[in-house]
Amino acid sequence: MAVITIDKVSRWFGNVVAVNDVSMSIGPGVTGLLGPNGAGKSTLIHLMSGFLAPSSGAVTLDGVPIWRNQAVYRAIGLVPERESMYDHLTGWEFVLANAELHGLAEPGAAAERALALVEMEYAQERQTGTYSKGMKQRVKMASALVHDPSVLLLDEPFNGMDPRQRLHLMELLRRFGADGRTVLFSSHILEEVEQLARHIEVVVAGRHAASGDFRKIRRLMTDRPHRYLVRSSDDRRLAAALIADGSTAGIELDFHERALRIEAINFQGFTTLLPKVAKQAGIRLYTVSPADESLESVFSYLVAS
Amino acid sequence: MNVTVARLTVRGLLGRRRGILLLVVPAVLLAISVFARNSSADKHDLAVNILGTLSLGTLVPILGLVVGTGVISTEIDDGSIVYLLAKPLPRWKIITTKLAVAVVTTWLFAAVPTLLAGLIIYGTQDTLAIAFTLAALVAGTAYSAVFLLLGVVTRHAVVAGLAYALVWESLVGNFVKGAKTLSIQQWGLSLAKSVAAHGTIDATVAVGVAVPLLIAVTVAATVFASVKLAGFTMTAED
Repeated sequence: MAVITIDKVSRWFGNVVAVNDVSMSIGPGVTGLLGPNGAGKSTLIHLMSGFLAPSSGAVTLDGVPIWRNQAVYRAIGLVPERESMYDHLTGWEFVLANAELHGLAEPGAAAERALALVEMEYAQERQTGTYSKGMKQRVKMASALVHDPSVLLLDEPFNGMDPRQRLHLMELLRRFGADGRTVLFSSHILEEVEQLARHIEVVVAGRHAASGDFRKIRRLMTDRPHRYLVRSSDDRRLAAALIADGSTAGIELDFHERALRIEAINFQGFTTLLPKVAKQAGIRLYTVSPADESLESVFSYLVAS
Repeated sequence: MNVTVARLTVRGLLGRRRGILLLVVPAVLLAISVFARNSSADKHDLAVNILGTLSLGTLVPILGLVVGTGVISTEIDDGSIVYLLAKPLPRWKIITTKLAVAVVTTWLFAAVPTLLAGLIIYGTQDTLAIAFTLAALVAGTAYSAVFLLLGVVTRHAVVAGLAYALVWESLVGNFVKGAKTLSIQQWGLSLAKSVAAHGTIDATVAVGVAVPLLIAVTVAATVFASVKLAGFTMTAED
């Protein structure tokens, strides 16, 4: 069983705090590291993969410190976010080199197995510089898997992948998780994380915002007050009809925008109520747009709650 | 030494026309040598000038710089060094392997042309050709180690290296006498003086000082580079 433990870890770069007093424990199965861009996901992955020293606190793998400890790479496979990977080598040469660098007894067999796992044998004789983003990602995966690690860390692995490649990678990661490996991947897309990870760690602005089952976090995200901007044929009458219902907390008539600003408490309730009320009153809806659906606002709500 | 690291380094260094570019400067040296051989000027002075200034003073440091930084800084810049470092591989092994590649390349592209140039201009007289070749070998080794270290510690390795080679060794060294004591070029020259026939080469640093300094600088740079690489830090882009 491989468990990565982050214990009261902070990391700052000069005056900028990238990770602020975070504690979490990543065990077997698939864990999603979710957060908006710039939240500190990559910093956390660098800390977990031994490429960054914590400014304070400790990052360990099964109790052993990771920083400045090359032996941990026998257990860890890392798929970095950056794309460059010896572009002049073919896929086969690249994965084989990784197997050799691990000092494996049969590097050729290991490279073959890893390339088969990510279904890249068909392009293994091509230079990696000619690969598409998805293909690069898969060969990077193969290089990280070549020594059969018990921990797999992936930094934004779905970036630049087409839907088919995405599904394939998800299936692969799911299988690793089911095998009892510790798989951690970062993403800024909720749906991606939701599809793959049972367990989610959310970071926002360097802080650990939430941790646990994805359903719980999903509920937290959907239950927050939602703000909408609505334009209709009769804003005042619509406002009066809506405020009578319990799912609406407040309505403002925005003269400047010539629109209603509505704060809904119950997301589900409000989305079914609005069209119903409008229809009954004979009011036409011109615009219904969520005013705060950006991931950042969702996340900042999570941090506040 | 790690064979895989060496293979990756050699391909990165000499692959894709880069190897051909490295041949340009030695080719110029050889062309000038042929020209000098056919000139009517004093051959001894020509040989000392060409081998001392052009070869040891320019070719060796420039190649040491390009090769010494080139064996590692490209990988650090584009991030592919991660694939070497995320392995249970002692960092000193990565550094010594890369240093070995850099040293052998510098020898091939700088010391061998120096020998050829010496032979073309002055034959085997006064062991001048051998002396400057020896200087190129030892200076090439020290330059490789120092510039490899620069490649590890700074993203501006080439600029820092040029500043050392051009500003310190050539410019300051010419005006301030003390600066010559701390110049790889002068250490090499001092070794050349001790090998060549008496009175044929001038050197300001005593060979008893030059040799320990050459060894100390090469070893220290290698050790320091290994330590720095062990603490290699990735900066987050997010």
